[in-house]
Amino acid sequence: MRVKSKKVDLAEGDLTPMIDMAFQLIAFFMVLINFAQTESNDRVKLPSSQLVKPPEAPLEFPIILHVAQDGEIILGGDDYTPETLRVGLQREIAVIRAEGKSVKDANVVIRAHKDTAAGDVQEVIRVAQEQQLENFALRVKEDRS
Amino acid sequence: MKIRNREEAMGTQLNMTSMIDIVFLLLIFFVMTFKIVELEGDFTVRMPLAGSDSVAMDPTDLPLKLRMRADEQGRLASISLNEIDLGTDFDQLRANVVSLIGTSTPIEGDEGPEIEIDTDYNLRYEHVIAAITAVSGYKDGNQVVKLIEKIKFAKPRR
Repeated sequence: MRVKSKKVDLAEGDLTPMIDMAFQLIAFFMVLINFAQTESNDRVKLPSSQLVKPPEAPLEFPIILHVAQDGEIILGGDDYTPETLRVGLQREIAVIRAEGKSVKDANVVIRAHKDTAAGDVQEVIRVAQEQQLENFALRVKEDRS
Repeated sequence: MKIRNREEAMGTQLNMTSMIDIVFLLLIFFVMTFKIVELEGDFTVRMPLAGSDSVAMDPTDLPLKLRMRADEQGRLASISLNEIDLGTDFDQLRANVVSLIGTSTPIEGDEGPEIEIDTDYNLRYEHVIAAITAVSGYKDGNQVVKLIEKIKFAKPRR
């Protein structure tokens, strides 16, 4: 008796369209992924304004200060209070000086939570001013509505 | 001549399973880390420590004074510009700024008018940003008309 060969291959679907779609999706997400988001902090929800535009050139020597809702300040992953912030700022200034630049070239980027007390932000500015820093950027979200 | 049968041709087909596994892993990684980018911008404020300026203050060039008061919960209670009470209306604040400085000749650089923001300690920061937005300009269609570019803060009130 003649035995029929098993036609397993017929049961296999054509995978080409699925792979095509999967690669397209990967390409889409890869292009849109934004690693620059490391600048942001989960504890900070920025206020919004219609007037701001994303800067064309990145700021020179940025010192990024996150101010959480409770007034706690986050600089480079460490938590500070207005009293202890001086130490953290001096560390940043030392780095800027080591690059042969003056303190006045540095830009302090303040990313404060929208519900934080305005006085806490003023305290941050006051501490930075005492360290001879004078360029401040108040970071806000662009409101396109 | 022997003709090869079809089954041998099928044997050359690649095994796709491992590739598809990796592709799906990558896909899941990118989907999970995906976050819609929120566009951000800056209000730049140049504020040297008071008293460090050697230039004598011109008494005719005093900054406009914006006073913002808050209630106990940090909500905006009232705003006043140069002692003129404006309620809590930022549009009225902008209209007042326009009438005070005029819009005919926008002044660039250090020569423009200056405003000093004096706010209660517990006022929410978003109201301060709304006030800065109101005094620094307005949108006319897609064009941004600039009003005051020099902004400074008064001493924090405890």
